[in-house]
Amino acid sequence: MLSNFISYILQGTATTIAVTLIALPSGLLVGLLLALLHTYGGKVANRFAAAYSLLMRSVPPIVLLFILYFILSGNLINLNEFWAGSLSLGIVSSAYQMEILRGALLSVGSGQMTAARAVGMSRLQAIQHILLPQALRLAIPPWSNEASIVLKDSSLVYALGVPEILRRAQQLSATTQQPFLAYGTAALIYFVLVFAVNRGLDYLSERTKLPTHP
Amino acid sequence: MTDSILEARKLTKIYGSNVIFKDIDLKVAEGETIVIIGPSGTGKSTLLRCMNLLTKADNGQIFLDGKEITAPDYNEDQVRQQIGMVFQNFLLFNHLTALDNVMIGLTKVKKLPKEQAREKAMEELKRVGLADRADHYPGQLSGGQQQRVGIARALAMDPRVMLFDEPTSALDPELIGEVLGVMEKLARDRMTMLVVTHEMGFAREVADRIVFMEKGHIVEEGSPDDLFYHPKHDRTREFLWKITELYGKKEKEAGGNP
Repeated sequence: MLSNFISYILQGTATTIAVTLIALPSGLLVGLLLALLHTYGGKVANRFAAAYSLLMRSVPPIVLLFILYFILSGNLINLNEFWAGSLSLGIVSSAYQMEILRGALLSVGSGQMTAARAVGMSRLQAIQHILLPQALRLAIPPWSNEASIVLKDSSLVYALGVPEILRRAQQLSATTQQPFLAYGTAALIYFVLVFAVNRGLDYLSERTKLPTHP
Repeated sequence: MTDSILEARKLTKIYGSNVIFKDIDLKVAEGETIVIIGPSGTGKSTLLRCMNLLTKADNGQIFLDGKEITAPDYNEDQVRQQIGMVFQNFLLFNHLTALDNVMIGLTKVKKLPKEQAREKAMEELKRVGLADRADHYPGQLSGGQQQRVGIARALAMDPRVMLFDEPTSALDPELIGEVLGVMEKLARDRMTMLVVTHEMGFAREVADRIVFMEKGHIVEEGSPDDLFYHPKHDRTREFLWKITELYGKKEKEAGGNP
């Protein structure tokens, strides 16, 4: 019975991972674009990115998730709850990822842009070859934090009926009358996932660290 | 049109209500080394940044090989390829090795094939005496070595002119010599150079012409001999006297302190 129990929740784990694997990269893509617009774009682009970030970060993720869900699974765009939920989560995360990348770009410093331009690079070349490789390195530790937040926040799509870890735990709790075992297992799985992600990114950060001193 | 490689005509830069420099005329002839001296905050560095269009001048014109590069739709990236620049704080690309720092302009801007670029970059590193540091990252190099890589990076593009913006001001005293040595060699090889520096020894020994700038104006210019021994203006005399006195003291202290 216990093995059935666990395998039922583990199937949800695959969904949780899938939701995260859609939400995080799509948030990264949008966040990166907005960070570049904010840092190097003109006045209009800068204002737009700043307003987007402010709006997204000032409303609870679950509220945004419902709003975005009803847009993404409406008449105009009609995605199923899994895709609508995952992409909505990505949009919410994009604002936070934008702030992470913006901070990283700023801490690389304007001197690197100056030096790249002085060699004859265009702004775009400088961003691609000089600024991003350095900014992305700096962004890994704070991004690791955002990755665990998105992983945990993937439990929010439970509210849309996506059968991820939490939803399955809730179903088990109802049918077996063992809430502690059900939610405890869910908690344990989340812990293991977040731990693995953080360790993986720590390793990546260590591997890409620039050497100092001979 | 002219025999000068780089020329500024009536160049003016203003930040808000603050006039950085006004109506500057400056000609740099082929193979010439010009040293710009003057008190801090007189617009020397800004002038240099205007010359390769990193900063936009508010008025006046700049000519490179007789062509006006300040013309409205002139390709700025093209201009900067032909004007090398060395910065006070080195500004090496921190995520690249010494070799890649020198190579990247060749591969990404000049679009040379990798092998050819590598060869050329190694040659430039040899020229500044750092071939054995090719695979070191900036964080693994001393200030003097970083600055020499910075010089190699600029040289690799085969520039018409090299601009040096206080290249030794951020260096520990014992590291200044190696950078000045490289610059001296360049000057001897008839590289065209425009140098902002406080190194009076270098100015006196290496410069063909010294320009003394103060408060956004060129006060006086001439050969090192003229400026050091027969300055026309009191301000020039005063400035040079102060600076050499400072250096004299330093030398005395160094002499008395074995």
